[in-house]
Amino acid sequence: MTEITYRDALKQGLREEMLRDDNVFIMGEDVGLNWGGAFKVTKGLAEEFGEDRVRDTPISENAIAGAAVGAAITGMRPVAEIMFGDLISLAMDQVCNQAAKMRYMFGGQTSVPLVLRSVFGGGKNIASHHSQSLEAWFMHTPGLKIAVPAFAYDAKGLIKTAIRDPDPVMFFEHKLVYDRKEEVPEEEYLIPFGEAKVRREGADVTVWGTFFMVHKALEVAEELAKDGISVEVIDPRTLVPLDKKTLIDSVKKTGRLVLVTEETKTGATTAEIAAIVQEEAFDWLDAPVMRVNAPDTPVPFSPTLEQYFIPDNKRIADAIREIV
Amino acid sequence: MAVKKATLVDLFTRTLKVRLFEEKVWDIFGQNLVPGTLHLYLGQEAVAAGVTVALKETDWIQSTHRGHGHVVAKGADMNAAMAELLGKKTGSCKGKGGSMHITQFDVGVLGATGVVASGLPIAVGAALSAQMRKTDEVVACFFGDGASNNGTFGESLNMAAIWQLPLVWIVENNLYAMGTPITLTCPSQNIADRGEAYCTPSVVVDGNNAVEVYEATVEAVKRAREGGGPSLIECKTYRMRGHSRFDPAKYRPQDEVDHWMGRDAVEIIKNIALEQKALTEKQAESIRKKLQKAVDKAGDFAIKSEHPAPEEALDDVFKEAI
Repeated sequence: MTEITYRDALKQGLREEMLRDDNVFIMGEDVGLNWGGAFKVTKGLAEEFGEDRVRDTPISENAIAGAAVGAAITGMRPVAEIMFGDLISLAMDQVCNQAAKMRYMFGGQTSVPLVLRSVFGGGKNIASHHSQSLEAWFMHTPGLKIAVPAFAYDAKGLIKTAIRDPDPVMFFEHKLVYDRKEEVPEEEYLIPFGEAKVRREGADVTVWGTFFMVHKALEVAEELAKDGISVEVIDPRTLVPLDKKTLIDSVKKTGRLVLVTEETKTGATTAEIAAIVQEEAFDWLDAPVMRVNAPDTPVPFSPTLEQYFIPDNKRIADAIREIV
Repeated sequence: MAVKKATLVDLFTRTLKVRLFEEKVWDIFGQNLVPGTLHLYLGQEAVAAGVTVALKETDWIQSTHRGHGHVVAKGADMNAAMAELLGKKTGSCKGKGGSMHITQFDVGVLGATGVVASGLPIAVGAALSAQMRKTDEVVACFFGDGASNNGTFGESLNMAAIWQLPLVWIVENNLYAMGTPITLTCPSQNIADRGEAYCTPSVVVDGNNAVEVYEATVEAVKRAREGGGPSLIECKTYRMRGHSRFDPAKYRPQDEVDHWMGRDAVEIIKNIALEQKALTEKQAESIRKKLQKAVDKAGDFAIKSEHPAPEEALDDVFKEAI
């Protein structure tokens, strides 16, 4: 097994699916020959599969998403890329009113097997329109599945599952993990949706988080182990479907929960997880459920401001120490 | 173009079928059996008829919030269509969609949408799919004058033109976006002018004349099927009633209303068919009786059908429940 980046793992998954199924195609702004995607995920695919199947589009997010919907309901398997997650705001009608609702409002007549890839997260000093983490918007919309891979291995296995899924999948990536390397099998494998991964086992406290925060939580867990605090870290891998069992089992074991994401705090996915845990594991909790999120502000530009905005290891560690 | 006699009969039949269906809907609505709201297609029947007669069964249409006519004209099962309007289990959408989402996918209806102008990008995708799957399928996308002021209009016309997609844009210009007249929303009174800006051949036709709509659609469909890309057909037409259920449409000047009410789509195609000797009065009457019977049957079917069980509200979010 060789070590490859999260970016290349994604590309490998896309490539394998395009080789397997002629109906799979990629469309988006600058995904093709000249650029290969703003984060280079699709670089080389247009050369291999042609500009028909790796299709550059005009800057028309609503039409990109809508065209993916129309193609999906008539037999294709589109993988649409929206360059930054913030820009899905321009395509919300097609994503949330059309893709998400078609199977339902047409009484099961229609399947919408599309994948919409996009990228969230800060840390690149690109300010309020290119750094947000908006996954909760979509978690609040019935009819969408949501993948949130934080590791290269998961990125490949989940993108392949997403493409084969009969329903619309929002496939969210994170800017700061594209370059992270990990051992990824060259052969085919699929990762089922709705199966969280326990990244580190522990006894004293459960930390549940997404994207880059999983990596930070693991660093914190390593640090705290020196002080005798045993931290269990859970990476949900998909938000819809959500693996409640792994989370609840862990909370029943540790009795304590810290939720960590890069989202602004109010109405974040962490709020939903906290609600689920108090509904389903209240009697096992020995302390309040803690949330570590960004403050309720737009994402700031200046490095000193952005570093303050994004949860860091100290804030995660402090939250853990407060309840352990 | 000389339109064949059989085609004239088809145009008459389809125009009348939509008219009788909508009159039945209005009648049932009067009995307070239709929940929610309705956007009746009365007055615009020649557009749906003219377009769909020019299409093949394997072609697609994208519908709108005023979609009953499109779906019925494309060949939908009228029992299932009527039952859907009444929110019944036997409805084409199992009672989950109603008037604004009336859809029968298996006769080539991509969907009816409650968001004005949201169908255009979906039609682009279906046409792209037809092109990529190397089929000869064509997509006809219906939308109104109001939709042409939305951003998706520009995004979609552009995308269809750069990729030369097999797509026909059908603008039903009924002169009002709800209650707002087109004089307040469009600097040119012709939406077709906007089509030209996207290098899309665009024409204006009399939308109450099914033959004019048909002939323009035949030409556009031919271009689309031969790889010549999209076209736009603006059909000037008029609602016989208000925008929706409770709208008496008092905002429309009486002389304008009188002008359009004198241009009844059913009468126009009937007179053409009679003049061309495609039809006799007796045959026309026989077609009407047959259609009326089918429409009445659909009404009875819908009224007698069961409502869905309440817990069916939970079905069909995903293919497999999660």
